[in-house]
Amino acid sequence: MSNDIPQDLVYTKDHEWAKVDGAQITVGITAFAVEQLGDITLVTIDAKPGDTLTAGKAFGTIESVKTLSDLYAPISGKLVKINDALDKSPELVNEECYGKGWMVVIEAADKAEVDKLMTAAAYGEHVKASAH
Amino acid sequence: MSEPTASGPLRRTPLYEEHVRLGGRIVPFAGWEMPVQFSGIVDEHVAVRTACGVFDACHMGELWMSGEYAGQVVDYLVTNDVKKLGDGQALYTCCCNAKGTILDDLIVYRAAQDRFMIVCNASNRDKIAAVFRKAAENHCDFSDKSDETALLALQGPKAFDVLARCGADAAKLGADLKSFHFRDAVVANVRCTVARTGYTGEDGVEIFCASSDAAALYRSLVELGKDVGLRPAGLGARDTLRLEARLSLYGNDIDETTNPIEAGLAWVVKLDKGDFVGRDALAAVKAAPLPRKLVGFEVTGRGIARHGYPLRDMAGKEVGVCTSGSPGPTVQKNVGLGYLPTAMTEIGTEFQVDCRGKLVPAVVVKTPFYKRAK
Repeated sequence: MSNDIPQDLVYTKDHEWAKVDGAQITVGITAFAVEQLGDITLVTIDAKPGDTLTAGKAFGTIESVKTLSDLYAPISGKLVKINDALDKSPELVNEECYGKGWMVVIEAADKAEVDKLMTAAAYGEHVKASAH
Repeated sequence: MSEPTASGPLRRTPLYEEHVRLGGRIVPFAGWEMPVQFSGIVDEHVAVRTACGVFDACHMGELWMSGEYAGQVVDYLVTNDVKKLGDGQALYTCCCNAKGTILDDLIVYRAAQDRFMIVCNASNRDKIAAVFRKAAENHCDFSDKSDETALLALQGPKAFDVLARCGADAAKLGADLKSFHFRDAVVANVRCTVARTGYTGEDGVEIFCASSDAAALYRSLVELGKDVGLRPAGLGARDTLRLEARLSLYGNDIDETTNPIEAGLAWVVKLDKGDFVGRDALAAVKAAPLPRKLVGFEVTGRGIARHGYPLRDMAGKEVGVCTSGSPGPTVQKNVGLGYLPTAMTEIGTEFQVDCRGKLVPAVVVKTPFYKRAK
């Protein structure tokens, strides 16, 4: 599993990933989360562009055949972009969770919050613990 | 899927090692460690609809009643008419309490005039075993053979093609076994009892064998079925398949707070067959207007109904509850079952599913959602 964790991203304990590009933070869910969920059938982003998200608070849900899971903001800030493609093609998350399956872009209110997120190595340990 | 109800350590079926070896994801279910999926719920679901799948149902209970009066005792405990069965025939039935609510749904098999097997849900095994054991006292012999009996379900349009590769005897099953009939057969060198029954809405069989033979039989089926597209399938696909076929799941759609009439199972309640447990209560239910009914619905808005979600009328008033819900991989719609007031059960009636506070439009539709071509 740990080989599947991209080194250039940071992670939450809830299995979201965040890609930092200046103040723009792209958010998705990890391969581990995707594997746990199974066939993804519905991604719902409840927040609208312009809304303020709070780190650790839900901004939407992701559903598979079997279950529903909340999506949590890894960082506080303004929601600037939503991946509309997931509306019609939620399976993109299964196919490419670190690429075309991204969910939102957040403009970080305080970039220092990024340092609170897990590195790939720390997340790898977290996944090992979560798997048991 | 119902929550595990048994307490204490989780049990493993004789197929546990096979599931792990095949990459099954194991979850607790009704006190057992069971595979929820192998290649993926949708992939397994589609395999069962188009080719075939093999399921572990070893956790289910097999109870035996035998003796001269066994048939009468069984008939008194269930709502369907066991007297109609010939040797080698089976029927689906409810088992109710005196209030007419459902203790379990069962399949009763008549092996001989004086020998009956009752297959019950894993979550209800202790409860149903106690009911049958008590009823048998002074009348017939009761024996719980669940631990020594394994049950595999081979389901799908190619199920009999797989059996055709399992030896000369098994090869004849497709031609000589009618729906809801069963007989002894040798399948891949294992002595089995094979029934043309299932829980998927597809043609296929359920195969009983000794627990000690189960792993070998499972391995043979998986191996011999490979080139017709057989997949090992888990509880996840079992649930989506049975939901599309509108087969009830105990603990979700039916339980001790529901009666067979409102659950759409009146066809297994034979009020005129003679006395049985719950008969008076069910006769009263049938004589009065039904307050609510279990219906099938399609979620027309953006959302997936789940077990326990409230159902609301168009004004937002809570009127019922969703008992099962999921995307239907074959019907390609988000479907569900739920109890609604009888006035709202006409096909086409619009209502709303309360998906965690979000009201999503839905409509009552005809069930089953999926029916296989004959």
